[in-house]
Amino acid sequence: MTEMALKGALAQPRVPVGSIRRRGTGWWGVLTLILTEGSLFAYLLFSYYYFALQSSSGFLPDKPPSIALSLPNTAILLLSSGAVWWADAGVRRGRQRQLVIGLAIALVLGIAFVSVQLVEWSSQTFALRTSQYGSLFYTITGFHMAHVIVGLLVLAALLVWSALGYFAGRRSAPILIGGAYWHFVDAVWLAVFFTFYITPYLRR
Amino acid sequence: MRRIERLFRTLYFAVPAVLWSVTPLQCALADFPVSYLHGNGSKAYPVVSLTWGLLAISFIVIVIVGALLTWGIIAKRARARDIAATPVGRSGGGTQWLIWGTGISTVALFGSLVWTVAVLADINGPPSKPTVTIEITGQQWWWRARYLSDDVSRIVTTANEIHIPAGQPVRIKLIGADVIHSFWVPALTGKTDTIPGQTNTMWLEADKPGIYRGPCTEYCGAQHAHMTAFVVADPPDVFKAWWDGQIAPASAPADEQEARGQVGFVFHCGACHTVRGTEAGGTVAPELTHLMTRKTIAAGTLDNIPSNLAGWIANPQGVKPGTNMPAPGLSGQEVADITAYLETLR
Amino acid sequence: MTTLDIERRPEIAKVSEAERARLLKIWETRPGLAGFLSTVDHKEIGLRYIVTAFIFLILGGAEALVMRVQLARPEQSLLTPEQYNQLFSMHGMTMIFLYALPVLSGFSNYLWPLLLGARDMAFPRLNAFSYWIYVAAGIFMYAGFSIGAGPNDGWFNYVPYASRQFNPGMNMDFYALGMIFLGISTSVGAANFIVTVLRTRAPGMSINRLPILIWGTLTASAANILVVPAVSLAFFLLWMDRQFGTHFFDVANGGQPLLWQHLFWIFGHPWVYAIVLPAMGMVSDGLPVFCRRPIVGYTPVALSTVATMVLGFGVWVHHMFATGMPNLALSFFSGASIVIAVPSAVAVFAWLATIWSGRPVITTAFLFFASMVALFVIGGVSGFMTGSLPVDWQLTDTYFVVAHLHYVLIGINVFPVVGALYFWFPKFTGRMLDERLGQLNFWTMFVGFNVAFLPMHLTGLWGMPRRVYTYPEGMGWDWLNLITSAGSFLFALGVLLLIVNIAVSLRRGKFAGANPWDAPTLEWAVPSPPPPYNFDVIPHVASRHPLWEDRLEESEARTSLTEGYLLDHGRETIGTTPMDGDIDLILKMPEDSYAPFALTVAVAAFFVALLLHWWWLAAAGGLLTVGAIMVWLWPEHDLGQTADAGHD
Repeated sequence: MTEMALKGALAQPRVPVGSIRRRGTGWWGVLTLILTEGSLFAYLLFSYYYFALQSSSGFLPDKPPSIALSLPNTAILLLSSGAVWWADAGVRRGRQRQLVIGLAIALVLGIAFVSVQLVEWSSQTFALRTSQYGSLFYTITGFHMAHVIVGLLVLAALLVWSALGYFAGRRSAPILIGGAYWHFVDAVWLAVFFTFYITPYLRR
Repeated sequence: MRRIERLFRTLYFAVPAVLWSVTPLQCALADFPVSYLHGNGSKAYPVVSLTWGLLAISFIVIVIVGALLTWGIIAKRARARDIAATPVGRSGGGTQWLIWGTGISTVALFGSLVWTVAVLADINGPPSKPTVTIEITGQQWWWRARYLSDDVSRIVTTANEIHIPAGQPVRIKLIGADVIHSFWVPALTGKTDTIPGQTNTMWLEADKPGIYRGPCTEYCGAQHAHMTAFVVADPPDVFKAWWDGQIAPASAPADEQEARGQVGFVFHCGACHTVRGTEAGGTVAPELTHLMTRKTIAAGTLDNIPSNLAGWIANPQGVKPGTNMPAPGLSGQEVADITAYLETLR
Repeated sequence: MTTLDIERRPEIAKVSEAERARLLKIWETRPGLAGFLSTVDHKEIGLRYIVTAFIFLILGGAEALVMRVQLARPEQSLLTPEQYNQLFSMHGMTMIFLYALPVLSGFSNYLWPLLLGARDMAFPRLNAFSYWIYVAAGIFMYAGFSIGAGPNDGWFNYVPYASRQFNPGMNMDFYALGMIFLGISTSVGAANFIVTVLRTRAPGMSINRLPILIWGTLTASAANILVVPAVSLAFFLLWMDRQFGTHFFDVANGGQPLLWQHLFWIFGHPWVYAIVLPAMGMVSDGLPVFCRRPIVGYTPVALSTVATMVLGFGVWVHHMFATGMPNLALSFFSGASIVIAVPSAVAVFAWLATIWSGRPVITTAFLFFASMVALFVIGGVSGFMTGSLPVDWQLTDTYFVVAHLHYVLIGINVFPVVGALYFWFPKFTGRMLDERLGQLNFWTMFVGFNVAFLPMHLTGLWGMPRRVYTYPEGMGWDWLNLITSAGSFLFALGVLLLIVNIAVSLRRGKFAGANPWDAPTLEWAVPSPPPPYNFDVIPHVASRHPLWEDRLEESEARTSLTEGYLLDHGRETIGTTPMDGDIDLILKMPEDSYAPFALTVAVAAFFVALLLHWWWLAAAGGLLTVGAIMVWLWPEHDLGQTADAGHD
């Protein structure tokens, strides 16, 4: 093959350099993280349903967890995802203030979620060691809360870096990546919420 | 170096050849008490046939693939020593191998699957209604057997040696008391675990009288190696006589040594063991009311002869290190007395 | 600070000495301890994985030999039951977790970028981290054994025996926390492989041009991402029961022992495919080189790799056939366990066809790869037999299964690994392993292995249970056990001969050029050993067999090795699209960093603190972990992560 023909075969397009939103390796990395952590929650919820099906009776506590606090809390978490989405829209359009404010709102809402959940925990009639239900409830919601706390650390870091002016336009992969993780945590909550706060009432 | 290589090469063929020839010979002479290939009973025969069938398929596959592999290497090998001197090429026709090989394998596999399902259907339930139901509990490291009956007076508990009527199916309920064990009598049935928190039900049948070994086959701790049940199939009338004998309370001691032995037994052993008719009422260890009707002690570890019995009582940790039976710290006289008493429990 | 545009056209050029010197300066690792702790070179990390895995192989082998001495004759009391039980548990854990996957990770780590035409893996620092965690977790688990508190409930660790009630010592805590610790390494390693193959291949390397080793490791990695959390969770729940009195597995309070088995085997079965599929890939890539032709049926073999793993997700209950679950449910898993042999048959016949339609050159590597086919089939048929539910009820938990698992693990992992060593040693070190010693090595291992494990099928058929520290005489097992013990020592001698060959050849082996085997794939186009930057220019790939194109003459296209993308504005490699391998982006690669090592120290402190219940230290370890991650992930200009590196 002649040199000229080779050069023709070997294209020289203008390509992005470095970490560019969905093209960078970070995005694909967070997708595998979501897959593996998602699997973890699948196994946690499998354990719950396994117990529920194997126990003949008396599995649920007399007073199953109520939606009084947890439903508004779910709304808080969903709103925080909305704030992250809004922040990402901001950075893509080069609106620095929208980015920072959006992240700050998400962080505050996230902290509110954790606080409300801690209150909700203390209002339950059962503890970690009371029964297998108690063990499952606190372990599974505890795992979720741990993931939320990690998410809060991620949001805080993104907030600091955004305030330092690190991100603009296509150079905003960390916002996309951190945002993906936060949305994932949100989605998991919907599954956990459904399992603990809705299914007991479906049984009756 | 050359000579050493040749020596090694001869050894590599000679040694295995000698070992292989010894093994079948030894095998023909030896007894295989725990082989399931000498099956007995309607739950065993279909499985033995299936096993021989799958073994035959496996053997044929190994021989064919081995032959193709060896023949291919020898017949097609390159003459040149240098790899670069052997040219690279791609001849056609290789895909035929895949089609035929995978095709034939798939047929054999599906055939085996169908046969498997047929055998499963066959052994899923007993051929007739079981005449006896026995609750067997796996414990570290012995087997409790409780014979159930509609007549409450006939319910009786024994340990480790489980009698059944020959020629009649028997229902077994398996209960877990501590950790997971597995009940297995190769000559009669496949394995079923005893799992704490659930009761597993299975059945078995021995069509001839005989003694069938049943080692525990789920790792359960220190003495998993020494937890063997014996299933003894008796002709139905002998079985009924055995059951009647088990129900009867223990005989009274006849002489002074046996009386001393009984006192010593109740004092040292009664917290864990039961002998009906005395004050020994513990339930965490094997029931001993008719200990002398059993051929082995310590869950199949030792033959039931006086010297073994005495040795076991004097030093259980020496026989089965880690066993739950504590070292009782008895004097020689106490051991002799208790052994003499136990010898009366027929 | 070099200016970074948000986009540029990658320069194309021919190689030159000056260019090589430039790339060397950009990519080389510092010498000495500094470099040792901070390197992110995938080749260095790959070799560390292989060496460490072999150390664990020898430890696990020593454990086995002691067990075989105890079992050579009936009723021996060389070992107490507790000692034996810890030995068999450590042996299983070491071989399955600390040797079998890490050694394949090592080969994959070293070879992948070279096979793919890239300069490094997608996440070089994460790569270093996965190695350091592996070593730390291995030491953590062996620490327990070294103080007499090693795991003693088998590698499968069933409850209730593993619960505090029956196992009050720290044995299980070492194991439980150690496995969660190790799971971090496995998961990040798997993520690295997946993203690497999807994003960092050479241009022109479309998905149907990938070597089978890539398919094997990719499949294993995808499986690990999905199933490692199951076993980590199982161990976490056990640890919770043991420390805090939760009720997952304690039956007295409604715990479910079978939940442990489900979670464990949902992980465990895909895991055993993860530890053989990459090795099968190495055979599928190496055997054809010695048969002087491409593999027969590349596409069926690649697809059968994926099919085996997919089916492998649906058979886990075959480890639980004796638990009393309803026969209808069990039958489904029995069927799947029999049918899973079909894709394996595809691979076996592909290898046979390659030998028959090629010209086999009988080197040591070839012998190891070819013998694997026979051992695979023997292991496969014993698996097929135990897949049949009623037969399994007789064979499970006997030595028949021990024979099966050793044929599949030694036959489909160890033998290919040793073959791979003979094959790729010249590339790693620039020297050939000695062929005469190699033949001796092979025959000793092959004969020793079969003398040890072939009789075990009989031992199992004749009823000897597993995991027993001794057995009574008169069962018909005496001779068989003696033969097995003798064979195991012969096999160990064979492994020793391998070590001797490596030691001798490192000093006095024949020098190897870039391509001593005249092999077709990209790693043979670079010097032996390769420079830190792998390729002078990124190759442009035109077929599956770049170095055989002139001879196979299957198309006009030729892979370009001497002219291609330069990518020398710092540490860079190419990013390509997942399916077709078209150039997509220029990836900036990180410099050497201490962060992976530092993070490992923080995480290790955390796990040690959990083990000892030193909660304040655990909190401190947790904070350090967060800090180290922050430092690691801090957006860097040179990686193109900040807006001052050009933005729009």
